[in-house]
Amino acid sequence: MPEEKNSNGENGKSVGLLSRSLSAIKAATSSLKKDLPSKAKEQVDIISKPTKTQVYTSIFRHKHDDTPRNRALGVLSNVFLHLHPAKINRDAVRYSYTWGMGGITFYLFIVLTFTGVLLMFYYHPSKVQAFRDVLYLEHDVPFGKLLRNMHRWAAHLMVIAVELHMFRVFLTGSYKKPREFNWNVGVILLVLTLLLSFTGYLLPDDQLGFWAVTVGTNMARATPLLGHEGPFGAQLGMTPYNDVRFGLLGGSIVDANALLRSYIWHCIGIPIVASVLMIVHFWRVRKDGGISGPAAVVLESEVKEARR
Amino acid sequence: MDWKQLWDIVSAPDNVPIVALIPLLAFYIYLAWKQAHANDQLITQLEGDAGLAKTQYRKTWPFQPGWQKEIHVWPFLLRIEFLATIIVTIILMIWSITLNAPLEEPANPNLTMNPAKAPWYFLGLQEMLVYFDPWIAGVVMPTLIIIGLMVIPYIDTNPLGSGYYTWKQRKFAIGTFLFGFIVLWVSMIIIGTFIRGPGWQWFWPGQTWDHNRLIYEVNRDLPDLFGIASNWVKAIFGAVVVGGFYTLGGFALHAFFRRHNPKDYKRMSFLQYSIMMFFVLTMLALPIKMLLRLLFHIKYVWITPWFNV
Repeated sequence: MPEEKNSNGENGKSVGLLSRSLSAIKAATSSLKKDLPSKAKEQVDIISKPTKTQVYTSIFRHKHDDTPRNRALGVLSNVFLHLHPAKINRDAVRYSYTWGMGGITFYLFIVLTFTGVLLMFYYHPSKVQAFRDVLYLEHDVPFGKLLRNMHRWAAHLMVIAVELHMFRVFLTGSYKKPREFNWNVGVILLVLTLLLSFTGYLLPDDQLGFWAVTVGTNMARATPLLGHEGPFGAQLGMTPYNDVRFGLLGGSIVDANALLRSYIWHCIGIPIVASVLMIVHFWRVRKDGGISGPAAVVLESEVKEARR
Repeated sequence: MDWKQLWDIVSAPDNVPIVALIPLLAFYIYLAWKQAHANDQLITQLEGDAGLAKTQYRKTWPFQPGWQKEIHVWPFLLRIEFLATIIVTIILMIWSITLNAPLEEPANPNLTMNPAKAPWYFLGLQEMLVYFDPWIAGVVMPTLIIIGLMVIPYIDTNPLGSGYYTWKQRKFAIGTFLFGFIVLWVSMIIIGTFIRGPGWQWFWPGQTWDHNRLIYEVNRDLPDLFGIASNWVKAIFGAVVVGGFYTLGGFALHAFFRRHNPKDYKRMSFLQYSIMMFFVLTMLALPIKMLLRLLFHIKYVWITPWFNV
């Protein structure tokens, strides 16, 4: 009977598991001894140049050297910064022209979203809990008072910033052709800002918010045609239980339903609409030729009358 | 002089934004005026010198040949934006640490706040409630403000003054906007915040808010002054007065506009012109109605069975 061939065997002897393992370990150790220093050196070289690593290059798609190309790419290859062009008019960065109010408004919106989400963790939009939640927030939640204060003051500041932004855009004639449409988007965003602030007013469920919203929504009673106290409202069959105010409050008085509606408009409805319109607003700023100025002055004698 | 009352109003946390708004607005109006003035001087200079107009940089800021006309956003704009966010954050932090957001008693429908005030940015509209019925002050006016703002780019046919501050080239547009924004919006907010007290009565700054003060005012309607008794005649009379205001005011405004803005008048279509007329006249109607009320105690001008103006 021929001897069974065994690749690990020597002189026809069969080899045990132990010796096979030992020889494998020996081979591995010798290869490690040989390779490790060079591999380690290679690794150190790579780490000493972190911008060359695959992780880095997968995130940042261009070099960091201070060249005009990289400065442009830094803006263009970043999803957040690419709202900006790579280069702008040298005078467009002057604060005295733009007042920076549009950007500040957007930043305040981000601050409000951030603080607002944190506030939502501590708030239940129900008549039983809303006011207590605010008290709890003010007295027991770490930094809760600061959080609520910041949300409140950022909201007021945002209304001021929006109004000043509109004022600047008007004074510089920036709504003129070709920016007419974007001015309109801006007007809607102004209204949404006021509505956001107004819907938030009721949420602490205190006297201040309750009466402010009562006074505010009482106006809706008087809506022509659609309010039960408005001109021609009664003739169209409007009552306190089916008119436009009822739709806003979810009832005929400011109560639990009004609180819930206010909350949902404030935290979900209006922010989504406003965000969409903000995207349009910023995109149109670029598409309409970027920021409107500071442009070279035009003389009356240079105006070419359009043919009609 | 009740200093405590004054301090209570000025330092009420929700009034602080308005106290801040006034100097901010003053500063930015000054900033805009300064640049408009400089630009207007430059325009005058260029208009008088055709040669210079061809070669000039045409801005009031320095520029020399060889300078780049465009600069990189990174870092020249982004560093400003970054700085702005830091400054706004610091302001907000300090404001939030030093001043607490107001929190009153729990909502109580049985206990009316006096005065019950809307948030400050709506106080202009609330102030209008004194002079107009809620359907005008609360519904029609906000709608007209929004529509009026939206039509601005389509009725302003003046091609000058796009992208730079100027007064000389856009007197009518800027004058109208300042009237609407400063006189009708901001000053009404200031009155609503600082002047109106309990019962929405007029209290001068520093005057004590007297919750028991009653004012016996007899407000009359305009038709009554003319001794009109019949409801139908009242309705027709009011329609004639309101229509007369828009007609006569329209003629006056037309004469004014044609005289001072002949080029804009020529450029505007009939629709553009009538929309502008309507909005300017409606804006002018507000102070007129206010004066009628404050000086002559007139409540309504136009009385119908369905609505009153």
